[in-house]
Amino acid sequence: MGILDFLKRKPEPTAAVAKERLRIIVAQERSTRGAPDYLPVLRSELLEVIKKYVNVDLEAISINVERDSGHEVLELSVALPEGKAAQNPAT
Amino acid sequence: MSAEIIVVTSGKGGVGKTTTSASLATGLAMSGKKVAVIDFDVGLRNLDLIMGCERRVVYDFVNVIQGEATIKQSLIKDKRHENLYVLAASQTRDKDALTQEGVEKVLDELGKDGFDYIVCDSPAGIEKGAHLAMYFADHAMVVVNPEVSSVRDSDRILGLLASKTRRAEKGDGAVTQHLLLTRYNPSRVEQGEMLSVKDVEEILGISVVGVIPESENVLAASNSGVPVILDENSHAGQAYRDTVARLLGESRPMRFLDAPKKGFFQRVFGG
Repeated sequence: MGILDFLKRKPEPTAAVAKERLRIIVAQERSTRGAPDYLPVLRSELLEVIKKYVNVDLEAISINVERDSGHEVLELSVALPEGKAAQNPAT
Repeated sequence: MSAEIIVVTSGKGGVGKTTTSASLATGLAMSGKKVAVIDFDVGLRNLDLIMGCERRVVYDFVNVIQGEATIKQSLIKDKRHENLYVLAASQTRDKDALTQEGVEKVLDELGKDGFDYIVCDSPAGIEKGAHLAMYFADHAMVVVNPEVSSVRDSDRILGLLASKTRRAEKGDGAVTQHLLLTRYNPSRVEQGEMLSVKDVEEILGISVVGVIPESENVLAASNSGVPVILDENSHAGQAYRDTVARLLGESRPMRFLDAPKKGFFQRVFGG
């Protein structure tokens, strides 16, 4: 690559990257909006417990708090990996 | 009679809240409305400079709230529009000087004085000043730049508008949300270097009420203390006029969303 090519090189178009990153973080922040402060900690502790039995990562767990008139529902869903569960060390 | 209260807010600083507050208030006044614009940024007063009335501030918002001056004494009459008034922020007190009851009292009194619109220029952040600026709002103008941190912060603000306002708490109907995209650079969008109007609308799930192009006239306007909406020749000024008209119910097409076509000389010599 000659020096002229270097001078002519254009910056990578980064708007698409920005959009994708924002799409993900905004969706995540909306899902926990107005939720109790302990949620992130709850989430990671739950993950530790689940990990003892099934091999999942943080992305696999989603927690939602929904408000109905007067009461709140904490909804937890764990996407299990395909195939079998991790070896169970506890037996 | 109570006034319509519009908060200009964003979360992130430096995106153009005060510029927008000044132009919005001026634009509403130009359409014959009686307008007060209030600086909620206690300790960092700046709206007075942008409105060009910094040397005429005698009493401020905090003085009124603490009963040290009346509203009439504190409102600064705009030099250009007789139905436009500025209420400056205190430069010396800290932000705890604002109280919810105090702010409510001032807003009520302005409503009784026959104001049609009260524009609340919010400080950056989501602390007390920003909270009080949005709390009593009927409408919100959320100012956003096509840039990741600003977009994320404005989503946070949209969430707060839907939960931490008087309307939300009383179940009084939602605060009307308007998204204003500022510092927009169509050439950079075309190069794929900047989020487009459509990108921002998609991410936030709300359509824009206006798009203000990045413009050197904005700095020139603030340099001289004249709201940029009064600069009829600038694209930014015209875009603000369109935005105010849309807020008042007129339908106007979006302008200045495309990069200006480069002429032969520009293509050859750059620029």
